[in-house]
Amino acid sequence: MRIGVFTCHCGENIGRTVDCPAVSKACADFPGVVHSEDYKYMCSDPGQNLIKQAIKEKNLNAVVVGSCSPHMHEKTFRKACSDAGINPFQVEIANLREHCSWIHDDVPSATLKAIDMMRMMVEKVKFNGPLTPIRVPVTKRALVIGGGISGIQASLDIANAGYEVILVEKEPSIGGHMSQLSETFPTLDCSQCILTPRMVEVYQHSKIKLMSYSEVENVEGFIGNFSVTIRKKARSVKDELCTGCGLCVQKCPIKKVALSEFDEGLATRPAMYVPFPQAVPNIPVIDRTICTYFKNGKCQMCKKVCGREAIDFEQQDELVKEEVGSIIIATGYKLYTIDKKPDDSPIHGYGEYGYGKYKDVVSGLQFERIASASGPTSGEMLRPSDKKVPKKIVFIQCVGSRDEAKGFSYCSKICCMYTAKHAMLYKHKVHDGEAYVFYMDIRAGGKMYEEFVRRAIEEDGVKYIRGRVSRIYQDDGKIIVKGEDTIAGVKVEIDADMAVLATAMMAQTEAPKLAQTLGVPYDKYGFINEVHPKLRPVETSSGGIFLAGACNSPRDIPDSVAMASAAAAKALVLFGSDMLEREPVVAKVNEATCAGCLYCKKVCAYNAVEAKEIKDRNGNLIKVVAYVNSGLCQGCGTCNATCPSKSVELLGFKDDQIYAQINAFAEV
Amino acid sequence: MEEEKFEPKITAFVCNWCTYTGADLAGTSRLKQQTNARLIRVPCTGRIDPVFIIKAFEKGADGVLVSGCHPGDCHYNTGNFHARRRWIFFKQLLDFVGIDSTRLYFSWVSASEGKKWVDVVNNVINSVRAKGPFLGYKNLNKETELPLVNKN
Amino acid sequence: MNFGYYPGCSLQGTAKEFDLSLKEVLKVLDVNLNEINDWCCCGASSAHVMSHILSVALPARNLLLAKHRGMQNVVAPCAACYNRLKVSQHELKFDEKMRMKVEEILEEKISNGVEILNLIGLFQKIGLGKIKTAIKINLKEIKAACYYGCLLVRPHDILKFDDPENPSSMEEIVSIIGAKPIEWNYKIECCGASHSIDNTEIVEQLSKNILNDAIKHDANVIVVACPMCHSNLDMRQKNILKKYPQQKAIPILYLTQLLGLSMGLNYKDLGLHLHYINPVPMLEEKVKVEEVTI
Repeated sequence: MRIGVFTCHCGENIGRTVDCPAVSKACADFPGVVHSEDYKYMCSDPGQNLIKQAIKEKNLNAVVVGSCSPHMHEKTFRKACSDAGINPFQVEIANLREHCSWIHDDVPSATLKAIDMMRMMVEKVKFNGPLTPIRVPVTKRALVIGGGISGIQASLDIANAGYEVILVEKEPSIGGHMSQLSETFPTLDCSQCILTPRMVEVYQHSKIKLMSYSEVENVEGFIGNFSVTIRKKARSVKDELCTGCGLCVQKCPIKKVALSEFDEGLATRPAMYVPFPQAVPNIPVIDRTICTYFKNGKCQMCKKVCGREAIDFEQQDELVKEEVGSIIIATGYKLYTIDKKPDDSPIHGYGEYGYGKYKDVVSGLQFERIASASGPTSGEMLRPSDKKVPKKIVFIQCVGSRDEAKGFSYCSKICCMYTAKHAMLYKHKVHDGEAYVFYMDIRAGGKMYEEFVRRAIEEDGVKYIRGRVSRIYQDDGKIIVKGEDTIAGVKVEIDADMAVLATAMMAQTEAPKLAQTLGVPYDKYGFINEVHPKLRPVETSSGGIFLAGACNSPRDIPDSVAMASAAAAKALVLFGSDMLEREPVVAKVNEATCAGCLYCKKVCAYNAVEAKEIKDRNGNLIKVVAYVNSGLCQGCGTCNATCPSKSVELLGFKDDQIYAQINAFAEV
Repeated sequence: MEEEKFEPKITAFVCNWCTYTGADLAGTSRLKQQTNARLIRVPCTGRIDPVFIIKAFEKGADGVLVSGCHPGDCHYNTGNFHARRRWIFFKQLLDFVGIDSTRLYFSWVSASEGKKWVDVVNNVINSVRAKGPFLGYKNLNKETELPLVNKN
Repeated sequence: MNFGYYPGCSLQGTAKEFDLSLKEVLKVLDVNLNEINDWCCCGASSAHVMSHILSVALPARNLLLAKHRGMQNVVAPCAACYNRLKVSQHELKFDEKMRMKVEEILEEKISNGVEILNLIGLFQKIGLGKIKTAIKINLKEIKAACYYGCLLVRPHDILKFDDPENPSSMEEIVSIIGAKPIEWNYKIECCGASHSIDNTEIVEQLSKNILNDAIKHDANVIVVACPMCHSNLDMRQKNILKKYPQQKAIPILYLTQLLGLSMGLNYKDLGLHLHYINPVPMLEEKVKVEEVTI
């Protein structure tokens, strides 16, 4: 073995706490090392050239670089070495930055640790063999999970590039929360007016297969080759026959039982319903929990009036299998609704605001429905309890957000903006009304956002009070709001007619379960994790699975749309080639020593192990051994640990390589 | 006779996707910890053979830490379940063989739990320091005069 | 049934009627109270503003005495005592340094295990069904405003009792015995607490708001489970009535007294004569006495 060792200072990042020249000098004495040097920035062009030069001059066949985390530059150094003629998998990285210089203060002990870490990698690389990347075919189709604005944007971008997209949406219609909004900030565009053309475009697009009222049940496979099982829930309507005439909905007699999910509980909907008039697809759904036919076999009014015989009471959920190459998660958010919470919930409830107790205390989305022309009050500003016009309205920001004690510690980003919007919409409709906003800070960082808030204050006369609200209760039909004005230093009590709570944006309840199905990590709030918050915001740690919109973090519409296009671009990059190169960290069986017990097959999560028959020249069976399909193998190594004879080894992390590291740990 | 304060050696086997990344996050966040641990990266805790742990003790570790993804969150779906099952039997084996099984620690640290990783590492180091050096193999090696670590 | 009993200073002094009525009611329900021998002050309001460690050590001593007697649980009817006992137990459980200091003071190792109950918790443990069987008198004309004050439900993280913003455990008991609990807005608002001594005017202001809200919502009695609440709403009400001639009077009863009335116990045994605002006229009007047992 002729090993070259390169120690990077990473400017001050490593150099300040680790004595890099000393490390380099110590490495020069390791057996097998024929070249050792240190440099300020190994990942830079001159740095990489040093490595390439040394490879050529000293005839190196393996390289160890002490630098930042391999998650950062392993690929960089592997490519540099590959360019100079060494197999890229005979290159190892010692994480001297994230795992040493950045977490310690004492130079002597950090330096000692760095030398140890370098020694471990030098010993490991002695057992590295050359490996060739595996090539797998790519299925050039995408799955987009979630039909809100993010999912719609991503689907259109991929479909317009010429590739087929399957868009799965759990609700009967696409559109997401944006379709519930009245107007959008900062332009006050009518939300549905800008959204519905996109929705229709999706529906009519030849390359988009829309599966509404469906959910992703199972995902198997890996980048370029996912096998997805989708559950098409039973609408009880044959969608190929339905024309969307709406007669069945009109005639359904069960009108007042269910609360409309689209109207956030402020109105009722029939058992046979379309969530909103502009729904896409405009095909109704039967809510079997309240439909008379499903309860006692009677009625069937919808079937009687349907001119196309599209009603099908026998319809069952259907499981559909699809093959795709890339998946985009765009499941969006839900708003925190404050009522009694179980003890293990992260939110302890805001009972002091009386939400759920007093009809006139509503959430942000409920206010959108009241303001919306297609809402329960046809856009009239009327309060829920007695349908009177509220003359005094109080908006409370940060309910559940920025609250370490009772809520979430994060900021929900959109509330300052939509509260200003709500206050403005109210003032535009109730000219003599008084609007008050209780705030902690105003976060208006987008384009034209600050100007929008100023407009609410200066042009529309919305009164902003800096302080929190301690209690809301009802007295004589008035909503009494008790808060404080911290700038003036006084208590404030407002006898309002209505209160609107800007509640926290949360991940969807099923998001963790979906993340587990897809095998992607998520944080403690249920938001799906990106690989790197600064530089890789739309990728997850699972190759081929990308993120868009609020499922990752609270986000407004422009950012969600941008992110959706970015995720689509990532998918298109994948579809740009016919074959995908995968890292050759896969398991390999030594057929000579394998006894064919097939324990490895039992523990493989990817069904990558098969039984293989070894025959002699006459076709007689000698023995059965295990065989790993390197296209399917994902490289976890569970088989390696399970094999009693260690006949199956995980290339890149073989037993020898690991023992070498264990043995090399000399001193603290 | 030197009065050298005992500093434990901790060998840590960490999975690439969760704990290793969590440790990276601890580094990026500049969260300080003690220097006694050395991390050995594996793709998944499912890769960890119990013999690695025995070897680590044999080669001078005073404590061993194994850390992976939270159950249900394994990047390879089930790797950490297999690991977890292995340890249930392995701990009993360690006790039977006479290796103090309380010197073997497990944790589930996800990629976003940088702070938790620092707490885990520091706690393990402090615990092992309080227990003192693991002498089992050192005594054995003294008897048989086999070198402990191939330092050259 | 047996319960350990920590009366605290007020139940032997200003809240004597609380103690009397509690004992009478428990006699009917066949429940025994074993008073902790040699109990001392819990520290109440004074200790925790003067010395943190004293405020933790005093309740700890009482709990230790209870443990010595083999008591599994301790009832502290006074909400302040209940609160201090719970907080002390909590601090000793989670703050190792504090526990070591207190163990040094008490010269004994502290281990947990005693369950601390407030008055409402006591009746929940006895069982509302059992209470219902002891009812003899029809109280349906009684419209009760249940007042919790602060110490029964806050801080929720430590007490874990009921809903701190909208509690309903007292209303449950009031309903079971046949009276009508009303919906009102001031059930957890502050009454001024121990400012009763150093700044009585604040207490009069705050308590007046509470009394008025109860009256506004048609209550004819306010029910409390705490001697401090009772003192501020009842004793201070006398002065409030003098200062504000338009103010209507409303009697304040302990939950145990209301319970006792429903069981047909007599007014003197329940200590009704010890109140500042006489509840008897209201009771004579609203309660149809069919049977009285002595």
